[in-house]
Amino acid sequence: MPTVIIDGRELRLSEGERLNGIEAARRVGIEIPHYCWHPGLSVVGSCRMCLVEVGARDPKTGKVTMQPKLAPACNTIVADGMVLVTESEKVALARARVEEGLLLRHPIDCPICDKAGECRLQDYHFQHGQDQRRADIRPFTSRRRDIGDITLFVDRCIMCSRCVRFVNEISGTGELMVVNRGAHEEIDVAPGYPLHNKLSGNVVDLCPVGALADKDFLYRQRVWFLRNHKSVCTRCATGCSIWIDENQDRIYRVRPRENPHVNRWWICNEGRYGHSYVHDPRRLTSPVRRTAAGRAPVDWSEVIDEAPKRFQAARRPAGVISPFLTVEEAFLLCRLLHKWHGQVVLAVGPVPSTDADETFPGGFVISAEKCPNRRGVEAVVSHFAGGVIGWEEFLARAARSEFDAVWITAGYPLPWIDAEQASKPAGVETLVVQDLFPSPLSDRADFELPGAAWAEREGSYVNRNHWLQTARWTIRPPAGVRTEGSLFWELLGREGLYRAQAVLEEAAVEIAYFSPARGPVPEEGVQLTPPTADEPSAAPLSRGPTAIRR
Amino acid sequence: MKPDDPSISWVEPPELGLAGKSYLPLFVQGLTTTVRHLFSPKKTVEYPEQDHEIPDPIIYRGVHRLNRDEQGRVKCVACFLCATACPAHCIDIVAAESPWPDREKYPQTFTIDELRCIFCGMCEEACPVDAIELTSLYNLSGKSREEMIFDKEKLLSIYDQTCQAEPSRTQRSDS
Repeated sequence: MPTVIIDGRELRLSEGERLNGIEAARRVGIEIPHYCWHPGLSVVGSCRMCLVEVGARDPKTGKVTMQPKLAPACNTIVADGMVLVTESEKVALARARVEEGLLLRHPIDCPICDKAGECRLQDYHFQHGQDQRRADIRPFTSRRRDIGDITLFVDRCIMCSRCVRFVNEISGTGELMVVNRGAHEEIDVAPGYPLHNKLSGNVVDLCPVGALADKDFLYRQRVWFLRNHKSVCTRCATGCSIWIDENQDRIYRVRPRENPHVNRWWICNEGRYGHSYVHDPRRLTSPVRRTAAGRAPVDWSEVIDEAPKRFQAARRPAGVISPFLTVEEAFLLCRLLHKWHGQVVLAVGPVPSTDADETFPGGFVISAEKCPNRRGVEAVVSHFAGGVIGWEEFLARAARSEFDAVWITAGYPLPWIDAEQASKPAGVETLVVQDLFPSPLSDRADFELPGAAWAEREGSYVNRNHWLQTARWTIRPPAGVRTEGSLFWELLGREGLYRAQAVLEEAAVEIAYFSPARGPVPEEGVQLTPPTADEPSAAPLSRGPTAIRR
Repeated sequence: MKPDDPSISWVEPPELGLAGKSYLPLFVQGLTTTVRHLFSPKKTVEYPEQDHEIPDPIIYRGVHRLNRDEQGRVKCVACFLCATACPAHCIDIVAAESPWPDREKYPQTFTIDELRCIFCGMCEEACPVDAIELTSLYNLSGKSREEMIFDKEKLLSIYDQTCQAEPSRTQRSDS
């Protein structure tokens, strides 16, 4: 078994494992500072921050011989008998010199830099930099350049080239490049070819300093005011793991959260910038009841009193379960409708989709299916109804006046139904529409219920590869809105507050598909077994970090 | 600073004698102070008929002002450091890109809730560009709570009122 010694600590590697010095040091709990290395990108070894002492131990005599010069840990693949020293005077001096060099031409405009607070240059300066400066450094205003989707602060850049490697290797679009040489190096785009691709937002997260700034987030908040919450993106069936950065119940930023099983380190721009609908002033915020006298806002208690009576008395009720609902909410709603009426017809709501999946050279996939949880909802519906009825079939049957009470859940961020479709259901005496925004359908509803957006709800989503991830709520819904889960929980007559965890447990016991989700779901999620070949499962993303390319 | 820092000189408390242990000399000393103040000139004033005299306006912590630069623009760069330092959370800033070519960021709005403020001076301390300063104006009052929430214009107007009598408090060599 290959053994490496890092700062006197022994690390045993499994056979055939290829780790570089930074990754190996992390295994024994040592963080080697680095700017240019990123696990998802190729190695350039240009920042020189990860310089460490490297040596080898003679297996026979046990004598350690150190190399005279420091070597970059990012570009050193650890091998049996290798000795790394990451905390020595020599290394500390090298780090301090790198920091000094980087700050020579840096504007030091931290007070107005959006990166301040999460900036590697700041952090490493305090950890590894010198207390005193030898050069005459004055703060200045950085030059600013609009390079397309992103703003570039030219002078803040430390030339780590992470962004350039990202557009070459992951998005495959190659817009960014390094121009000029030596101390005059700058990041730029070719004239007429701005940075514009569906993954461009990732370069902002990749940038270890404040050179690349998000136009959407620029100057809106200081990062230390934001609270970060783990969540799951709901804009397509890929279901990326994300961070939601929020301050006082307002989402300011969405960032990728590392998850080797789903999205690795990236998210697409649609997920990153697609959160503004949550704070749209047009959102429904009160239940509205339509009577002969007209439409009027009512209290939730009226809905909770009236809806069960109407559905229990119905001849043939139906429910439409939106693929934007979580597994738990779908499960509670199906259970609820089933409890009210044994003959209830359950259908899955419309599944918005584009023409085809988009796959990027780095392996990232933007799904054509623009909803987070079709597989989870279908599994729940087929458990309760024995099969899955699609939206088209439901509409056709509704147009034949088959249903007299219908509960439709929606929650789509984009307009999802036109007047023509909305006019199809006929002979419906009780129409309940639970949605985020007014629509032609909600205008016809007897009960128009405001729904909660994804960040306000709690529950699990099953992605395109049957990977289940759980997200907790991150912000509170606007006043007057009740989350789907808590409404169904109360309508079912359950005690206390809605607990997604308990519902998922229940679903995992009842439905074989969800059985791997018993017990607390790990942060990264769990793999569910796909149901028997109803569809060819899309090729899963390769597991584990990308191999380092050389 | 660590306890083992060489610049710290550690001293032992002196051993108390009989006089010290009996507290009598200290008791007499304290009483002497009290009696002396009974007969010394009075420092209190009959406010509001009589105005309080501020010994050193440069270190007095009164109502805030927002300073202007040489071109009359607001000096603040909207870095939020005052809002971060503020223990009373009374400063609210909305930042935006500045309309001027030589500046990157400026405060679109800058609001201080003077009722919430505890006049600790941390904002002045935190400001990297000496834009927010406390003045020696102490007699601020208003007829409503809303009136006591000072916006950017109001804070700039306080600067206009006080800039003659009280020039900028900090004199930096490099700005």
